[in-house]
Amino acid sequence: MSYNYPDSSGHFGQFGGIYMAETLIPAVEELRQQYLRFRDDPEFKAEFAYELKHYVGRPSPIYHAKRLSDSLGGAQIYLKREDLNHTGAHKINNAIGQALLAKRMGKKRVIAETGAGMHGVATATVAARFGMECIVYMGAEDIQRQAPNVFRMKLLGATVVPVESGSRTLKDACNEAIRDWVTNVESTFYIFGTAAGPHPYPMMVRDFQCVIGNEAKVQMPEMIGRQPDAVIACVGGGSNAIGLFHSYIEEKNVQIIGVEAGGYGIASGRHAAPLTANSKVGVLHGNKVYLIQDENGQIIETHSISAGLDYPGVGPEHCLLKDMGRAQYVAINDDEALAAFDALCRFEGIIPALESSHALAHAMKIAPTMGKDKVLLVNLSGRGDKDMNTVAKLKGITL
Amino acid sequence: MSRIQATFEKLKQQQRKALIPFLTAGDPDPQLTVPLLHALVEAGADVIELGVPFSDPMADGPTIQRASERALKHGTSLRGVLDMVAEFRKQNDTTPVVLMGYGNPIEAMGWETFARRCAEVGVDGVLTVDFPPEESHDAFEHLQQHGIDPIFLIAPTTNEARIELVAKLARGYVYYVSLKGVTGAGNLDLSDIAHKIPQLRKHIRLPIGVGFGIRDAATAQAVAKLCDGVVVGSRIVQEIENSNEQNVVANVGKFVRELRTAIDQA
Repeated sequence: MSYNYPDSSGHFGQFGGIYMAETLIPAVEELRQQYLRFRDDPEFKAEFAYELKHYVGRPSPIYHAKRLSDSLGGAQIYLKREDLNHTGAHKINNAIGQALLAKRMGKKRVIAETGAGMHGVATATVAARFGMECIVYMGAEDIQRQAPNVFRMKLLGATVVPVESGSRTLKDACNEAIRDWVTNVESTFYIFGTAAGPHPYPMMVRDFQCVIGNEAKVQMPEMIGRQPDAVIACVGGGSNAIGLFHSYIEEKNVQIIGVEAGGYGIASGRHAAPLTANSKVGVLHGNKVYLIQDENGQIIETHSISAGLDYPGVGPEHCLLKDMGRAQYVAINDDEALAAFDALCRFEGIIPALESSHALAHAMKIAPTMGKDKVLLVNLSGRGDKDMNTVAKLKGITL
Repeated sequence: MSRIQATFEKLKQQQRKALIPFLTAGDPDPQLTVPLLHALVEAGADVIELGVPFSDPMADGPTIQRASERALKHGTSLRGVLDMVAEFRKQNDTTPVVLMGYGNPIEAMGWETFARRCAEVGVDGVLTVDFPPEESHDAFEHLQQHGIDPIFLIAPTTNEARIELVAKLARGYVYYVSLKGVTGAGNLDLSDIAHKIPQLRKHIRLPIGVGFGIRDAATAQAVAKLCDGVVVGSRIVQEIENSNEQNVVANVGKFVRELRTAIDQA
């Protein structure tokens, strides 16, 4: 049986759906209709492909991290270089797709939530590119740890609104963006950053990010004559991961591994790894997913060294892939991610984002246990320039 | 006959409009919730919407967000809210209580347990802001099995087809959200309400309450003329926020009485 999710009502098995306030239901329904209308439209596809090639700089290369692999003495680690995209992360793929849709729907104002700031930068970028007003909601805590990205967004003409409520991180930025949307629903397009939220976002964001896996599936045989033994990506909401994984779901010989943020360790309770920690199913931000919550259904504050993974939920398709047993989900702690960050800097001259460092850390963990003929493809979803302040602070250095 | 139906029928006979105040359970302190509920009734409330606090109240403005935070800080849980209703019912068996909030605390408890507990403690209706009809089949089966009314929101953006869908599923009354925005926003449009209510009546035979953005007695009066009930939330929560433990019950009672007087003159 072939894998074909979501169903027409936006469900991935028991996950997903459209859990939104009534005011926004007509908006997500309109979005769904418009997306389905343009998804297969040759002109839309051609414009999206053109932007990805000439503006983003795709296809992103795959790089054999040979010195790093040799140092580990096991499986060969290959990197899908999404960090080389314009704006420095995979987020731009989706932001362009949604901006092209917004343009066709006549929306002149776009809003976004952002954690690490990469989706905010991507949205500010496409808003400048297509002449739209742009408002980005960002947790006050994240504004502190991602100051360079805040400045980038402002340079690009966006208004960055600090969110002081709740844990002052990504989930609260989402809440605030939803509040903006419900207030300005007719004029505004919500460029959602990850493959989660109400239908059609998990499907649409995945489709726009699938370019990652589609390219890799062509590039790997060109490089090594076959597909990798495993594909590995970090999972916060999970958009870079699903972008890589989706093309490989029916490649049964390729193992799929999602890496969540273990924070101070699952046992500490201070993490952002709902799949690994076997969190209960719950409803937040428009979809039913595995969700970090207390016994009363209140959302618990999460922790991760990386702002982009610091989120209590996860996209519905990852929840399904976990339940189906098609993908495996593991957690990497803050210190392990930081060690991988350092290793890639020193061995390969590549400064990775702290988010992507989680995926890399897991590859580095399992590579020594595998033969030298095995191949791990890691999605290097973003570059680490934005993390200079965080890393310096952890190393006790004042910039 | 359910308490909600009985209440609206009595009001209709008296040619009066329903006053439906909202407050968040556990705000400012769980000890004060039951006294506040009785004060609402004494001041003239017909139906009470009791907010169940949630950590991520996406449809609420800053006032009700802060109320949720205060309530959660005191450890208010859905279980605790149900106990408060049980306590309230010891002295009041007539005023309908509608729980209003987000789905996740109920999901965590389980809809079956929740619906059974609602019936046991005397909850009459449940309004789950982020559970539209499309996602509510199982939930409503449990509610209806226990005789609890599912209350639905209709927004200015709701189209005719969805109004019909809500009309089929709704029980008790229907809540028309009078503006595009979060609770407590201040840009209510009376002419939109005047235009929309007759449209809703074409499909909906239940009483229609209107809320969001009603901040004073004059507006409550104007809105009451157009519908069957007036919901006032953020403004009452603001009254709670601006009071202390000693005067909060009296202050809320005084404000709700002003609303009652104004609505009865509509």
